[in-house]
Amino acid sequence: MKESDFEVKPPSDREKSNILLTTVEDLVNWGRSNSIWPLTFATSCCGIEMMATGAPRHDFARFGVEVYRASPRQADVIVVAGTVVHKMAPVLKRLYDQMSEPKYVIAMGACAISGGPFFYNTYSVIRGVDQIIPVDVYIPGCPPRPEALLYGIIQLQRKIKEEAIKTGLVNRNNEGEFPENPKVY
Amino acid sequence: MDNAQLKEVVTRLVPDATFEENKQFLMVTVAPDQLHDLLKNLKENPGTRFDYLYCITGVDLQPNLQMVYHLESTVLGHHIVLKTATSDREKPVLDSVTDLYKGAELNENEIFDLFGIVFRGHPNLRRMFMPDDWNGFPLRKDYVDEINIIDLS
Repeated sequence: MKESDFEVKPPSDREKSNILLTTVEDLVNWGRSNSIWPLTFATSCCGIEMMATGAPRHDFARFGVEVYRASPRQADVIVVAGTVVHKMAPVLKRLYDQMSEPKYVIAMGACAISGGPFFYNTYSVIRGVDQIIPVDVYIPGCPPRPEALLYGIIQLQRKIKEEAIKTGLVNRNNEGEFPENPKVY
Repeated sequence: MDNAQLKEVVTRLVPDATFEENKQFLMVTVAPDQLHDLLKNLKENPGTRFDYLYCITGVDLQPNLQMVYHLESTVLGHHIVLKTATSDREKPVLDSVTDLYKGAELNENEIFDLFGIVFRGHPNLRRMFMPDDWNGFPLRKDYVDEINIIDLS
């Protein structure tokens, strides 16, 4: 009897889903996870690392991140790369609200996770972007290497593949939580 | 002109200016109400022709709030540094130099935002870096922010 036998894991979306739709879900999730298009949002040094990841040496177009969309209505993920200050916070919230479902957030770098090196003596930095918007993947580093950002994108792909069609393409309510009784399509 | 000649010119214009010795550029300290006229004279005088203000800095020397102006002449090639200080911390008011040097507009906005010095005659004095409804002036040495700054001392 190991400790892990007693661990209760909440059922993932796939386990809660409808048996008839499983193959369709696989196909749809495969398509969605391999074509994640981010919104252009880079505030500081992590933005340079993100540009380096998009450059030919560590190309993230081979993972499906083909183009950056300048308009939030057309983007799937927002990679918050950089420090967010008090003056930028309403702008970030507005961009997140304008993105259409399904949307994901990657917090890249120490400043976006928890305020980073600015956690103590500063009056202007928000201590972590998850105080404003719900985050799916955290990528630590200051700045994280391009390979770390690629690993973060792969983790997001795994997360998307776990989603079920039942909670559907409207998969979160405004607080970023999965709804209690999702509608069965 | 070299530093000794500039010193003579400034002493003729403002007799009670003080100077600092043995620095690379001539450093002149004047009273706040003499500053604008001195700058106007230095700019228009054909012997000095200081037409490029390349830096304005605010300094919090307790208890004074000091401003440092770095000027260069692109025509004649010499530099000078002007300093003024005001000891009023509640409502510090200085003359704006935007009518002489247009590029000082944003620098004076920054100093108003972070130190609280109000400039008379500035066309659009507003907060630039901090949000518009922020209370307090962050770069002063006695600035205390209970909510945001986590003080480890």
